[in-house]
Amino acid sequence: MHETIQTQVIRNPHRQTDSQLRRRWAKLRRNKAALFGAILILIYLITALLAPVIFPGSPSAPNLMKSLERPSLEHPLGTDELGRSILGRIIYGSRVSLLIAIGVVCVGLLVGVPLGLISGYYGGKVDFGIQRVTDTLLAFPGFLLALSLVAVLGVGLKNTIISVGISMVPIYIRLVRGCTLSVKEQTYVEAARAMGTRDVTILIRHILPNVMAPITIQTSLGMGTAILFAAGLGFLGIGVQPPTPEWGAMLGSGRAYLFNAPHVATFPGIAIFFAVLGFNLSGDGLRDILDPRSKL
Amino acid sequence: MRQDSLLTIKNLRTCFHTYEGVLTAVDGIGLEVYRGETLGVVGESGCGKSVTALSILRLLASPPAEIQGEILFDGKNLLNMSLDEIRQIRGNSISMIFQEPMTSLNPVLTIGEQISEAIKLHQGVTHQEAWSKAVEMLRIVQIPSPEIRAREYPHKLSGGMRQRAMIAMALSCHPRLLLADEPTTALDVTIQAQIVDLMERLKEEIKTSVLLITHNLGLIAEMAKRVVVMYAGKVVEEALVEDLFAEPLHPYTQGLLGSIPWMGRKMKAGRKQLQEIPGMVPSLLEMPEGCRFHPRCPRMMDICRKEEPPLVQKDGRRVLCWLWK
Repeated sequence: MHETIQTQVIRNPHRQTDSQLRRRWAKLRRNKAALFGAILILIYLITALLAPVIFPGSPSAPNLMKSLERPSLEHPLGTDELGRSILGRIIYGSRVSLLIAIGVVCVGLLVGVPLGLISGYYGGKVDFGIQRVTDTLLAFPGFLLALSLVAVLGVGLKNTIISVGISMVPIYIRLVRGCTLSVKEQTYVEAARAMGTRDVTILIRHILPNVMAPITIQTSLGMGTAILFAAGLGFLGIGVQPPTPEWGAMLGSGRAYLFNAPHVATFPGIAIFFAVLGFNLSGDGLRDILDPRSKL
Repeated sequence: MRQDSLLTIKNLRTCFHTYEGVLTAVDGIGLEVYRGETLGVVGESGCGKSVTALSILRLLASPPAEIQGEILFDGKNLLNMSLDEIRQIRGNSISMIFQEPMTSLNPVLTIGEQISEAIKLHQGVTHQEAWSKAVEMLRIVQIPSPEIRAREYPHKLSGGMRQRAMIAMALSCHPRLLLADEPTTALDVTIQAQIVDLMERLKEEIKTSVLLITHNLGLIAEMAKRVVVMYAGKVVEEALVEDLFAEPLHPYTQGLLGSIPWMGRKMKAGRKQLQEIPGMVPSLLEMPEGCRFHPRCPRMMDICRKEEPPLVQKDGRRVLCWLWK
């Protein structure tokens, strides 16, 4: 009996890894909210990638003859004040919003993760310095920080990504620092140091992979927040500039016609709502799936 | 110097600066490890054994720990070396095995990756060469089907297997000194015996010296040639294993030996129970004056309360006690 078990394991060394993946997939399927979130994100992703296929016309070309039309067969979600199809602008807007979401978390990750690792691992004065700057940044509400950064940097897609990204940096620093503090006390980090491994190698190869789970969750949640912040900036007219279709800006311009053409502001609002919902639900779901202690 | 000394520790003091005060975990100890020998270090928890080992490799994050004294390895003082120099020593000339095999391997890297990383670091070989050496090391520590195990993650291995993998990693660069910090404490007894055998055999094969830290006197009797007994940050006795077990000089050593249960052996006359040492190791913040052991010592004299005992040389042994003055 023992022999057979032994040979089985040897023949199939990847069996357990497979079953682990399958277990996670099963967890995801049972977690209906997370699955719903993942499907929402997938829909947005496909929409963004296939925008020219789904909506062949230009989303920015005005047609003043058809301004503020109600939803019809020709324009399923109606038209805005310049006669542009709202559906088309939402479809093309998903490209902008996803681009912003990805750009923002990239800025947050690229700046926040290394600083958090360094701060947590080295401690002492380095940690003190980084943490006081983080405290200062965290003292501002995130949106206010992004707003003031736009005031300094100026408007536009690139500056929106940079300013919203920087407003997220302190969150990543705190998160990664906290996890690093607990991981660096593990014996395997000490063992790596005892083997003569360099600090950089320890940080990248030994600590970073062990703090990836919380980073992944924060990244998903952060994308939702990023879309919301960028839409907020767009709404105030200091985010992505027209004629680029952007949900927040559409919401902002639709506000003036809220009473005689409510669809102009409503549909971009719904688009924002579901995008943020999708990222938040899948972030929560990821937390459940990646947490080894939660046995669903 | 009787023999060729590989590691000489002179007057080592390791202190930690904390908010409650300065904790002196190791207070002026001296010891020598000769080439090819196994030196045992015994003592209760908290007497400074592990801190001594970590001080040797300077693994105590520099502030807040402060290390004074001299640690001569092959004649060179490890405490004066730059960080790069000490990194060349770590894992290459001196390597270390830790107490908890369950946590001393990184859960996100495969066994082979972890061992070959150490090999690549110190031997400047290619990835493939390092990998095959890692597999070879796993074979040497008697892990079955090493090619497959090398590709697996630590969670699939039992405690004994992980400790073997740790030993493989520690010995992969053929160190001249192995610091074994309670290598068998976390393992069950049958596995302990296998690990002890393995370490004995490998020690002979690669001709390494071992500094064996443990509170298990049986392990000392099995593996070590000489023993250093530590108490509250001080070396209280040093002797050859046979001498120490035959005739312990320091009352603390006597207490330690008296508290081992011997199966199948009758208790000494008049004793019904296992002997114990009353009290516990004093807190580093409240060291008693005079001899540090006097509050617990059954043979305490007046002088023990007032003055620190001298290190007495007796028949080639050393003992820190007024009794033998």
